[in-house]
Amino acid sequence: MEYKRITLLCGHYGSGKTNIALNMAYEIKENYDNVAIADLDIVNPYFRTKDSAEELKEKGIRLIASEYAGTNVDIPALPQDMYSLTDDKTVKAVIDVGGDDRGALALGRISPKIMAENDYEAFLVINKYRPLTPDVASTLEVMAEIETAGSFKFTGIINNSNLGVQTTAEDVLNSLKYAEDVSKATGLPLICTSVNKTLFDELCGKIDNLFPLKLQKKIN
Amino acid sequence: MKGNEAIAEAAIIAGCRHYFGYPITPQTEIAAYMAKRMPKIGGCFLQAESEIAAINMVYGVASTGHRVMTSSSSPGVSLKGEGLSYLAGADMPALIVNVQRGGPGLGGIQPSQSDYFQATKGGAHGDFHMIVLAPASVQEMADLTVKGFELADKYRMTSMILADGTMGQMMEPVSLDFDVKPAPEKPWATNGTNLEREHNITNSLFLSPEKLEEENFKRYERYKVIEENETMYEEYMMEDAEICVTAFGIASRVAKNAIDEARKQGIKVGLIRPITLWPFPVAPFKKAAEQVKGIISVELSMGQMIEDVRLASECKVPVTLCNRAGGMIPSPEQVLEAIISMNNGGAK
Repeated sequence: MEYKRITLLCGHYGSGKTNIALNMAYEIKENYDNVAIADLDIVNPYFRTKDSAEELKEKGIRLIASEYAGTNVDIPALPQDMYSLTDDKTVKAVIDVGGDDRGALALGRISPKIMAENDYEAFLVINKYRPLTPDVASTLEVMAEIETAGSFKFTGIINNSNLGVQTTAEDVLNSLKYAEDVSKATGLPLICTSVNKTLFDELCGKIDNLFPLKLQKKIN
Repeated sequence: MKGNEAIAEAAIIAGCRHYFGYPITPQTEIAAYMAKRMPKIGGCFLQAESEIAAINMVYGVASTGHRVMTSSSSPGVSLKGEGLSYLAGADMPALIVNVQRGGPGLGGIQPSQSDYFQATKGGAHGDFHMIVLAPASVQEMADLTVKGFELADKYRMTSMILADGTMGQMMEPVSLDFDVKPAPEKPWATNGTNLEREHNITNSLFLSPEKLEEENFKRYERYKVIEENETMYEEYMMEDAEICVTAFGIASRVAKNAIDEARKQGIKVGLIRPITLWPFPVAPFKKAAEQVKGIISVELSMGQMIEDVRLASECKVPVTLCNRAGGMIPSPEQVLEAIISMNNGGAK
């Protein structure tokens, strides 16, 4: 995939943004040196990019995350070096935005600069199997709330419909119409369908733009 | 879906249209979910000014006969204590969710089971119990929420879902296909006389000690019926077990992994998983005490359920504790080690 300077990943909370953000950062790093991933999720202190800090360090990807991330200190503080994302134009960054409008609110702090620079993509991550976004109407509602809270406009859709470890190839195939309908209703292109890499071989050739995900290890 | 979301959606399916709460990690998704869903289905979501306000709002709606709930996490449930006791004293049906975190005090935000005593022995002042349900999967978070409302209405008392941070945060597929029993008639409800009957009053103040004693005795008669009819538990590989592991909630999942591994090593070990913590499933432990050489209680606490296990097994076999506390979770290896140790005669 071709990446703009900034890639924003937003969506309904629990849609799978963090895993996609990590995998995109890894992919960018294959062809570009100065890569950063920013964890702006200050709502949920449990599952986040910082859990992959070691792997990111090994790969030479800079992690921008709240000082309090992963410390169990339940304080919604933004990372202080967040502003380097918009000030340093040599960095290619993936920004993992918190879920829903509540999570996207933090993005409003830097979104005017991102819009002004206009070298970004903002992807809406959708998962048909999440209880509050099972259809097009509810997904559009969440999307509008996020755009309003974060003061930006989406540029594409990523279909990440899954049922966790129990996801089957059929579940993914059954989500395609939903993803296409969301794409049609919003007028935004369907960028890719992301799947656990264990399903990649089975689905390869059956879905356009299939994006394999190496899933982040969950904490015990 | 997430465990917390499963509770919220199941409550809606069970007919709950009133939710009052106050945000606290790791249960806040319940409130967040309700805030999104309730306005769309004509329900009421209200973020109260405090935990105490929220539980008293629950009392108010329960008095009118409607299904109502609140949710919190450990320190928040302590704050609700007064209201829990008032609900019990007035025999009000309601559902309380405690997604436990490490304590005591403000503690931490990681999972714990150290509110077992608080939940099963009353939870506040006075003689009373709550029906305490301990889910061990996201599916059970939903199932037991529906069950909790049904039992609360059936016995006119509070049900509590005693989950923990792991259960609240973990995501698993869930089926929400429920056959919900409609709420029974509630002739005691303060829902308007329609000028056809005397006023109903819900109250926990009885200044006459004779009357107050009578109310307590009546309540405990009801508790006996619940103990006889509503106890739930799961047995896993207990048929030929020589060692019994017991655990509830997330600890039971760790225990199952360890049991599977021990079985591979030829150790005959099984699991008793209490699903109702009150009423506590005494019968399977009584039976196990005649069969096994020892019982291992796996807990995310300094050892609380172990007291009920000792009582239920009448101290006929040694009962040992395998635990982590403060937000830590025992590993399958730690449990396996405890099983091997007991198998080698290491039980004290």
